[in-house]
Amino acid sequence: MTKIGLEIHCQLTKLESKLFCSCKADYRSLPPNSNICPICVGLPGSLPTLNKKAVEKASMISIALGCKIPEKISFFRKNYFYPDLPKNFQITQYNAYGPTSIGSDGIVQIEGKEIRIRRIQLEEDPGRLVYEGSSQKTQITLVDYNRAGTPLVEIVTEPDFENPRQVRIFLNVLADLVENLGVSDPYLEGAMRVDGNISVEKGNRVEIKNVGSFRDVEKALHFEMTRQQSLVDRGIEVAAETRHWDDARKITVSSRSKEEEQDYRYLPEADIPIVGIAQDRIENLKKQMPESIVAKKERYVKKYGIPQQVADVLSSGKFYSDLFEKSHTESNAKEVANIITTDLMGFADTREKKTDLKLTHRNISDLADAIVNGTMTRNSGKIALQEMIKTGRSLSEIMSSLDLGNMNDASSLEKIIDEVFVEEEKAVSEAKQNPDTINYIVGKVMRKTKGKADPGTTLEIIRKKLSL
Amino acid sequence: MKLGISATEYLSLVRSGEISVEEFVAKTIDRIQAVENKVHAYITIDSENALNKAKLIDKKIRAKEKTGMLLGMPVSIKDNICTARLRTTCASGLLENFVAPYDATVVSRLKQQDSIIIGKANLDEFAMGSTTEFSHFGPSKNPWNPEYVPGGSSGGSGVSVSSLECMVSLGSDTGGSVRSPASFCSVVGLKPTYGLVSRYGLVSYANSIEQVGPIARKVEDIALVMNVIAGHDPHDDTTVKKTNEDYVAGIDTGIKGKKIGLVQQMTGDGVDKEILAATNKAVSKLQDLGAECMPVSLGAVEHSVAAYYTIASAEASSNLARYDNLRYGFDFGTEGYEFKAYVSKVRSNFGPEVTRRMLLGAFVLSAGYYGKYYLKAQKVRTMMKSQIDEAFKKVDLLVAPTMPILPFKLGEKIDDPLKLYLLDINTITANLTGIPAISIPIEISSAGLPIGIQLFANSFQEKSLLQAAYSLQQTVNLPEVPL
Repeated sequence: MTKIGLEIHCQLTKLESKLFCSCKADYRSLPPNSNICPICVGLPGSLPTLNKKAVEKASMISIALGCKIPEKISFFRKNYFYPDLPKNFQITQYNAYGPTSIGSDGIVQIEGKEIRIRRIQLEEDPGRLVYEGSSQKTQITLVDYNRAGTPLVEIVTEPDFENPRQVRIFLNVLADLVENLGVSDPYLEGAMRVDGNISVEKGNRVEIKNVGSFRDVEKALHFEMTRQQSLVDRGIEVAAETRHWDDARKITVSSRSKEEEQDYRYLPEADIPIVGIAQDRIENLKKQMPESIVAKKERYVKKYGIPQQVADVLSSGKFYSDLFEKSHTESNAKEVANIITTDLMGFADTREKKTDLKLTHRNISDLADAIVNGTMTRNSGKIALQEMIKTGRSLSEIMSSLDLGNMNDASSLEKIIDEVFVEEEKAVSEAKQNPDTINYIVGKVMRKTKGKADPGTTLEIIRKKLSL
Repeated sequence: MKLGISATEYLSLVRSGEISVEEFVAKTIDRIQAVENKVHAYITIDSENALNKAKLIDKKIRAKEKTGMLLGMPVSIKDNICTARLRTTCASGLLENFVAPYDATVVSRLKQQDSIIIGKANLDEFAMGSTTEFSHFGPSKNPWNPEYVPGGSSGGSGVSVSSLECMVSLGSDTGGSVRSPASFCSVVGLKPTYGLVSRYGLVSYANSIEQVGPIARKVEDIALVMNVIAGHDPHDDTTVKKTNEDYVAGIDTGIKGKKIGLVQQMTGDGVDKEILAATNKAVSKLQDLGAECMPVSLGAVEHSVAAYYTIASAEASSNLARYDNLRYGFDFGTEGYEFKAYVSKVRSNFGPEVTRRMLLGAFVLSAGYYGKYYLKAQKVRTMMKSQIDEAFKKVDLLVAPTMPILPFKLGEKIDDPLKLYLLDINTITANLTGIPAISIPIEISSAGLPIGIQLFANSFQEKSLLQAAYSLQQTVNLPEVPL
């Protein structure tokens, strides 16, 4: 049986400052080595001071993943020499001498399967190495310490996944979860990074690193599973090793560096005193935490009668569910959900498009109202939505300038239908024989009215005229 | 005007206008120029800036403007404590030209009170040593006899105060590094409670046990400096939040009725006879002052040297890992080196003692040995702490010789690390348990070498510790430094 375990690094991007100093946690788009101070570059004499907010956010993740939070947490130094590590040790957490990390022993349900969380730890991100040219051939490695000290939560699972598909589902759930908690934006580049361990029956465990985006994890694991299985089938031993994901070739490659078992010489970090975590603080935090995705979904279904599938899509993305919460009313909730999940998600499918949206909450609400009370068709609604996305103008303005009002005046609609009957003589006689083709004529009418005609009324009139 | 006055006397002379700051600082600089080649207290001297500062403070005094409470007092700073403009070398070749972009919290607090940093004092490389012989810049020498070691690792601090090259100094005490030179140079040195004084800007050697501590010629001067440097620092999470005490007020309260325990394990056979005799004499003086003295046993002291060198070396191996010469350091190009080769190459420039402790530390932390050495050492530490707690249920203070032997000649023990490590037997208990300890001079030996005594109090009992030290100081009359 294939066994897969994950180590996920998730930056707490929603924090203001780094884990041990007051530099910005948001280091992206800053000039290299401009977001640094004596503490995060480990200058002699500097000392770390713990960002208490980071402990809070990490606790929220632990709670959400069903982990136990110990009464006291402490920090350790993981010692190794690497150019992206300014102190040549990383301040992290370590449970070998008892559980002192921010969480342990959690459980996440995905599609009825239980994935056990071994531990969650709070730690600092190292700096970033920038290679001049490709990393294989370069003579020069540059270091940017802007990222050094960014708060990071490492989530380690037990090897409970049976296939790469489960991994993908889990990662999506996790990404939605941290986003919903408001602790991280998992879709920022490098905000969520995943290493995997995978073994097939009768094979050794292989570690996969360097998977650039967490969306590629499934591919990398799939490749690796197939590779290992074909070795086992041929009676060749699967070497216990670390392999890197080669993004260009979409294959895993054995790491050339000697993978001797690293001895990290863990040592308690005396500069950061043990932090007591009072039970009532945890209870308080639980109360303050945003509604979980599961609870949100249930509420959408129960309270508004939104269909399961729509509720599922709507509740998992924080951006869209926030939009829903702010724009719906009791009466138009179902339609707002519909507009968001069927139309808006298609128009604003990238991060840039989402941030460029001019659309207001009022816009969506008005639009849904118009559709619900029949002053506008769904088709016209789509056109209006696109306009709102671009300009954010009010519905009434858009309706008059684009002439999108519903054509519920039966006489003018009849006039147009008459015109179509003349233009489409052949289709009309065909429809008389075969009523199934009537939709063709409805389509013609819709085109002629630019979608303003109500499809139901149109059909009714046509049927009457055809004496069907 | 004499240079050998106490800080308290200095302040009243300056305040009354009898002397100017500039006059005193200039005289101190003359003194440095006269004796520095004999004792080598300093790595860096900042005369010009010191004089300019002195003039500025005089101007403020004349204009009756608000001045800091230290009124231009010249101080030396151990060169492992960061100063924004002056280089901080840690007496290491690796940091020969390192200038920190910030002041240590203790330094900025001194500056805020208008004290003048006159120079950076010599030390054993990264504060690892007990004699100041392990300095990249050469050893400091004992002002009482320049053929002898001044103690260490804050040797330059002890020497600069003893030889009147400054008024007070800041050192750091990881295993006795303030008290050892205080004892060997016949001055006063305090290791404060862990967490009372900020370590921000003190270059870490063993960060779970070390503290910045003052060295001065008088106990009341120590109290004065503590009033400036002690207290919570938002830059150091290990400093405690408590209301600041006035250590000067009531320093002459006396010790009537205090219970003082003489530590048996620190007064055994290993201690020099002359030192034992001086200690006993001091104990009877304490009794004369109204204290009740009794023997106290601290069994764990036997294991303290082993535990100390295990823990301190382990922390050192991690704390000193950052010196890879990539972000700062000495001039040595990376061209032609792969990362690890470069790091190994530059790190071969550490001196022998630092290398020894880093290797020892890496070993005791490595897989398979952690439990055998590091965890065991931590257990000894816990045991010591509980024995100390027990002891302070019975007594108010503990007393013992600071150093088990008299100052010895330069080079005499440099090749025998174990002998050097054993010098710390009486001082490291305070570091491993976090309690405060002070060394004060009590006698000059028949060979003309200083003898110090050490008093310990329970955590954050500095006030009572200083009162006892002051009482004892009033009973001793020591000759001036023969330099």
